[in-house]
Amino acid sequence: MHILEFEKPIAELEGKIEELRHLSDAGDVNIADEVSKLQAKVDKLLRSTYAKLTPWQKTQVARHPERPHALAYISTLIEDFTPLAGDRAFAEDQAIIGGLGRFRGRSVMVIGHEKGHDTESRLKHNFGMAKPEGYRKARRLMEMADHFQVPILTLVDTAGAYPGVDAEARGQAEAIARSIETCLDVRVPLISVIIGEGGSGGAIALATGNTVLMLEHAIYSVISPEGCASILWRSAENAKDAAEQLRLTAQDLHKLNIIDSVVPEPMGGAHRNTDLMMQTLSMAVESALRDLGGVEGGVLRARRREKFLEMGRAGLS
Amino acid sequence: MNWLTNLNETRRSLKERLVGLVAPKEVPDNLWHKCPGCGHMIFHRDLEKALNVCQHCGHHMRLSVKKRLGMLFDDGQFQRIELPKVPDDPLKFKDQKRYSDRLKDTRSKTGEVDAIVVAHGRMGGMNVVAACFNFDFQGGSMGIAVGEGIVAAAELAVLQDAPLIVIPASGGARMQEGILSLMQMARTTVAVDKVKEKRLPYIVLLTDPTTGGVSASFAMLGDIAIAEPGAVIGFAGARVIESTIREKLPEGFQKAEYLLEHGMVDMVVPRRDLRATMIRILSLLKNRGAAGDLVALPIDTPDSADQD
Repeated sequence: MHILEFEKPIAELEGKIEELRHLSDAGDVNIADEVSKLQAKVDKLLRSTYAKLTPWQKTQVARHPERPHALAYISTLIEDFTPLAGDRAFAEDQAIIGGLGRFRGRSVMVIGHEKGHDTESRLKHNFGMAKPEGYRKARRLMEMADHFQVPILTLVDTAGAYPGVDAEARGQAEAIARSIETCLDVRVPLISVIIGEGGSGGAIALATGNTVLMLEHAIYSVISPEGCASILWRSAENAKDAAEQLRLTAQDLHKLNIIDSVVPEPMGGAHRNTDLMMQTLSMAVESALRDLGGVEGGVLRARRREKFLEMGRAGLS
Repeated sequence: MNWLTNLNETRRSLKERLVGLVAPKEVPDNLWHKCPGCGHMIFHRDLEKALNVCQHCGHHMRLSVKKRLGMLFDDGQFQRIELPKVPDDPLKFKDQKRYSDRLKDTRSKTGEVDAIVVAHGRMGGMNVVAACFNFDFQGGSMGIAVGEGIVAAAELAVLQDAPLIVIPASGGARMQEGILSLMQMARTTVAVDKVKEKRLPYIVLLTDPTTGGVSASFAMLGDIAIAEPGAVIGFAGARVIESTIREKLPEGFQKAEYLLEHGMVDMVVPRRDLRATMIRILSLLKNRGAAGDLVALPIDTPDSADQD
């Protein structure tokens, strides 16, 4: 497993356990006691470390290479997933994947940023950084869901929209703006989950749901801590300070009423127990969908619009 | 009145005046402006008359909000709307300086509360609401106050049954308001959609610069998108793109003309023609569906009747 800087003391202990196990395999020394003592220590350390992660540490966890990405959630939570491709104008962009499927028995449209998990898939999905065609595909699929009265589930996980010449030439800004507009316009339940990194405009393009959930160690921000630091501190070295100031953690965003609820992660983060993460998220999405079930489409749309229209205006001082 | 008499008015010493005569570059900044486009020195009166457009190369320099609105409305007459107060520095943000101090500084420097001015008045006799960004106020960046300005302008347009014109000049979201700035993208999108739902025209005049979160929300959602010549319009900043692709950007990249060529704006209009262009568009959209005079149709020939 990829070890983050602040996880090194935990990894060392885990290494010791591994060594002991190796020894006991070789001889017949009884080390069960020692192992369980060490394991308890690991658990305690893991729990205490993850209970008080700093915003910068959370940024690392949110970007952890082994953290489950959109396709992992889709393959576990969605039956009969049927990917749908293309924006019908220019290209298919695999940085955003989307399609129809069944969530706990009901049809849903799932749309999410996919970062990829190894070199090949990362390149294929352009590291989760979508181009205009990705956002235009998302818009097309949301409109289809609206047409067929199918709820929409979006999984947000991107460092940001792709900053490139081709993306600009094809109207990155317009594509994002239209995607936001469509998210706010559909008359079906829209649930958004920030599963990892919610990076700026590229993230909010898919994130204006009736219900916005956020995983415990995910981040969501107007700009990356590095980007913010290089502009305001004139040095990317201050990313840690920027992360503190930006208030990008799920806990902060919940306090600010930007998200509706925080979905707990397994001890030590989603990457340490993917199965448990899947189950927890499944329950959270189910409960959100249930809350919106039976609400008339026009009301869903009006409530969603009202919620975002009020954002930043009320509840702050 | 020429620039000599103007110089006399400044009542400076004879020596200074002489220096001014032989070396115009050393007279105070407010008398001569160097065009960033061609480097020519332009006398301030000439520049003002040309609405801050260089008479030599046509370069469009930034225009103050006051001049911008004055140039658009009939007889330069408009009324500013007082905007609702919003919380200052909601995150208590501090980089090398406190955001609250930065705000205080910018406020005393500009005499404005934030980066947007909302006004209403008449254009070609029609009631119009306009929201104009002030780039001098923290780069025209969008935080809660700017979002509030767009919302107020949209609500006023709906209330007055008037078209809405928004004139962005903004680097994007205001970082010091964090996620609350990002949320303004959604907020302003809903606001301008309310105008569109009433079938009232929503015109965006994209000025230099319109980038980041501003371009990726209400600014790119106009029924009509007009850009000023040479304005930088785009999502990602040029430096970010350069460092991502590690190559030089194409000539004219993200300029208004580049966007026109790529189908992203309806037209690029020189400043002197903006007012007339907007009035023409507004009147075309306003008079839709109105009954015209009956015109006798040509008598059907058996041929054309068959074709159906």
